[in-house]
Amino acid sequence: MDDVFKALADASRRSLLDRLHARNGQTLNELCDGLDMTRQAVTKHLAILEVANLVTTIRHGREKLHYLNPVPIHEIGERWIRKFERGKLTALSELKRQLEKRDE
Amino acid sequence: MSKPEFVYVTYIETTPDKLWQALTSSEFSKAYWFGTELRSDWRVGSPFALVMDGTTSDVGEILEYDPPRRLSYTFQHILRAEFRNERPTKVVFTLEPHGKFVKLTLTHEGFDGVPELLNAISNGWPAILSSLKSLLETGTALAIPLSALGTKGL
Repeated sequence: MDDVFKALADASRRSLLDRLHARNGQTLNELCDGLDMTRQAVTKHLAILEVANLVTTIRHGREKLHYLNPVPIHEIGERWIRKFERGKLTALSELKRQLEKRDE
Repeated sequence: MSKPEFVYVTYIETTPDKLWQALTSSEFSKAYWFGTELRSDWRVGSPFALVMDGTTSDVGEILEYDPPRRLSYTFQHILRAEFRNERPTKVVFTLEPHGKFVKLTLTHEGFDGVPELLNAISNGWPAILSSLKSLLETGTALAIPLSALGTKGL
């Protein structure tokens, strides 16, 4: 679990997870596209995310695709969120999301 | 060849044989899969069904059965009318021993751009896999109520 928290304690790595959350199964090139990070930095961050099992890769033909693996994050939630709280928390996050929504 | 929409990985402190048994037996699946029974004779080409409280929710066909390494079946939801006519999706489980852990990789592919189905699946698998891990490592599955996932019974 330490690996997961260390991996998440970095804005660049969280933004890589956000990009995979928006579109799963990207190549390194796709992930680097439009990012303000060198390819080398992205590679380094991805390695840390992979060690934490937050990103997993598969070979697809000649490409290596990166996927967001939310299982460790789910396990963190399970540790501290009791089952009867889950519904209320979902409602609260939805309320926060709705209220904070910007006109886009 | 389309790429999988989801790839999930979890490392479980168990043996490939025990994990295989958990993936293919209702006795286990009822504990970690929201009370769901897995019905199949597990031969390649045989039918596969997910049954909850006597009601079949999903059906499919066994594509690969290579214990304790690789299991694959198709998956089609039949309860909710809006998903009934969608093409079946494909699930693949791969088991690899790593020391005292088994790496379980689950890929799910073949969603023809059905966002709600994708959404329901993406809520379901992480919960099922966490619960499976807990069951095999501690003997207790996580009691996650299906309603908490907001998937409306999928």
